[in-house]
Amino acid sequence: MSVKTVKCECGHINHEGTVLCEACGKPIKGNQHLDGNDDQKVLEMRYDGSARRSKTYKRTFIDKTWAFFSSVKVGVWLIIITLIFSALGTLYPQEPFKNSPLPASQFYETEYGLTGKIFYQLGFHNMYDSWWYIILVALIGISLVICSLDRYIPLRRALKNQKIKRHPTFVKRQRVVSSTDKLSDENYQMIKERLKKKRYKVKEEDGHLFAEKNRFSRWGPYVNHIGLIIILSAAILRMFHVMHVDDYVWVREGETRVIPGTNQEYYIKNENFSYDFFDAEEDEDIRFREALKNANGPIPKDFQTDAIIYKVKGETVIGQEPELEEVKRGQIRVNHPIQFDGYSLYQAGNQMESEYDRISFKVNGENNQELGEFTFETDEAPYQVELDNGMIVRVDDYYPQLEFTDKGPSSFSKFPRNPGIIFSVLNEGKEEGERFFYLGEEVIGLSEGNTFSMSVTDIEKRSASGLTVKKDYSLPFFLVGAIIFMIGVVQGLYWYHRRIWIHPTENEYLVGSHTNKNWFGMKKELDEIFEETGFAEFKDQSELK
Amino acid sequence: MHKKKKRLIIRTVILSVLVLTLIGVLYVNFSSEQPVVAEGDEAPNFKLKRLDVEGETIELKDLEGKGVMLNFWATYCEPCKEEMPYMNELYQEYKDKGIEIVAISVDSNEFVINNFYNKLGLSFPSVHDKKGTVMEAYDIVPLPTSFFVNPDGTIERVVKGALTLERLEGYLQEILPTN
Repeated sequence: MSVKTVKCECGHINHEGTVLCEACGKPIKGNQHLDGNDDQKVLEMRYDGSARRSKTYKRTFIDKTWAFFSSVKVGVWLIIITLIFSALGTLYPQEPFKNSPLPASQFYETEYGLTGKIFYQLGFHNMYDSWWYIILVALIGISLVICSLDRYIPLRRALKNQKIKRHPTFVKRQRVVSSTDKLSDENYQMIKERLKKKRYKVKEEDGHLFAEKNRFSRWGPYVNHIGLIIILSAAILRMFHVMHVDDYVWVREGETRVIPGTNQEYYIKNENFSYDFFDAEEDEDIRFREALKNANGPIPKDFQTDAIIYKVKGETVIGQEPELEEVKRGQIRVNHPIQFDGYSLYQAGNQMESEYDRISFKVNGENNQELGEFTFETDEAPYQVELDNGMIVRVDDYYPQLEFTDKGPSSFSKFPRNPGIIFSVLNEGKEEGERFFYLGEEVIGLSEGNTFSMSVTDIEKRSASGLTVKKDYSLPFFLVGAIIFMIGVVQGLYWYHRRIWIHPTENEYLVGSHTNKNWFGMKKELDEIFEETGFAEFKDQSELK
Repeated sequence: MHKKKKRLIIRTVILSVLVLTLIGVLYVNFSSEQPVVAEGDEAPNFKLKRLDVEGETIELKDLEGKGVMLNFWATYCEPCKEEMPYMNELYQEYKDKGIEIVAISVDSNEFVINNFYNKLGLSFPSVHDKKGTVMEAYDIVPLPTSFFVNPDGTIERVVKGALTLERLEGYLQEILPTN
């Protein structure tokens, strides 16, 4: 069985569901309800009355699915639903950004109460990665593709098949029309000249005239949709590690660390971390001094990490020290990342002087006689140190981040942020010595009647620099998508597709005109073209209703 | 070909491309949420210096043929320290049956590891992942996490969180070499 067709009296064969004959424009009987032409004089010219498939066949499952997605109404609802969910997801922070040691199952309820609990139970805490959110966005994408195809193809065909000679009804039922009973050849030529001057493409046949300009403006929305589809595809590309990496690393001063997200291929060394504050007294711009004085705490001016980037040479078994080759050396400042092999490291955070790097002690004997000094390195804690005079100071316990629990002193992290150290100062040849506890930057004696004393002479702290690791090869795709999107917008918005028909009948000359937007401009243009040519003033039939 | 048939084919093709893309995206999204090293995968090889025996290293590859329990722990992790005695209790018995237990500490300091190890008188191999590279390769969250590795090098079981003595013994049974 072939597709049902409708033959128009002009001889053109139209697809089923055509509202206005593609060739001559005559309204096709029985299909006028499709575009609501039944009860109004002016013809609905959207898609030029072509047969949108969505409005016709619905037989197989595929056809029904197609019809569902080709509906603009469905598309708009999908967008509205996605919009509502996207907005709801921003009510509370998403799980990766909750910034709390509490697990998500407790965090939302404790922090936000009942609404937080509901937020968590509905799965909104991981919304943008959830399968149903991805499906929603994908449905919009499908709707976009099918809606566009289902409109672009018939519209293009209708505009391609349109004839110069139209059916009088088609011309008469255009929105802005005029007529005259007399048209001299001289005036006719003048109209033609004026049309050409306004960049219309003029075609003639048997005294009928058809002028058209800027048809490409009609493709604007479809170009725009191609841009959107490229943007959606770019978002898919982003899911792949090769295209997109987003990670975070803390590097302490002096530390060399593997850069996460690089498959253990690159290392970074933090040579030095420097920072600068605005000075309320000496800031060169006097206008800011007041504000700086009122601020809570100092306002940072600049952060900078002096970094060296290394690449691993050859194969290394995980856990072994790799052979490193310097590839880049430079400064990382806010908004000035260091870049190598597609990766960028951005200055993103700092823990200023948050860790103890080394602590120096002095041991005194009886009568405050100095016995010696030593330095405790927090990363390479020694088991014991020998003083200048040969005495031994033993490290009994070391807690990098000291806290007291019901089991006594312990550490709750590996970072020396608040070190606690228990020392024994041993008398020659003895197992038991006098015990001292270093905590809170002071030393207290643990034994009674100490003959020795211990004190802190120097403390060196270090800062940690927080860096985001980024690699994004998907950005050019977003850019291309956005440019095409914009071209589509401009194409559709700044040009108007305008058509003018002059249709001679037995006793009069009819003029019908159509534009896809800006009827005011169209009327002005018509008035200029048909000025003093004997045509009656153009009337907007939609206003006469 | 009839026009209608052709149209149906075109529509079917376009819809299937779109739906397959959607399925692909969902699959990629789903797999990115899965752990890097999962049960059934081959355990990534690593080589670390032993802290309990001077001058020796442990390389996972060399332990092939034995069942291996990898225990990621740290001295600042209370539940880690609580399960250590259980591991020690079963170590000798299962070592004779062909199982090795390796405790991988992610502390930053040798001192604290050895201090704890000696205080408890532990006997299984202790290694130090100072740079955290092994931890990264195994994608460890949280502490403790234990991997039970079959004699053929594949991961039989991943346990996040602390173990009881009974559970530990049960999991060790699962990776016993057959001979």
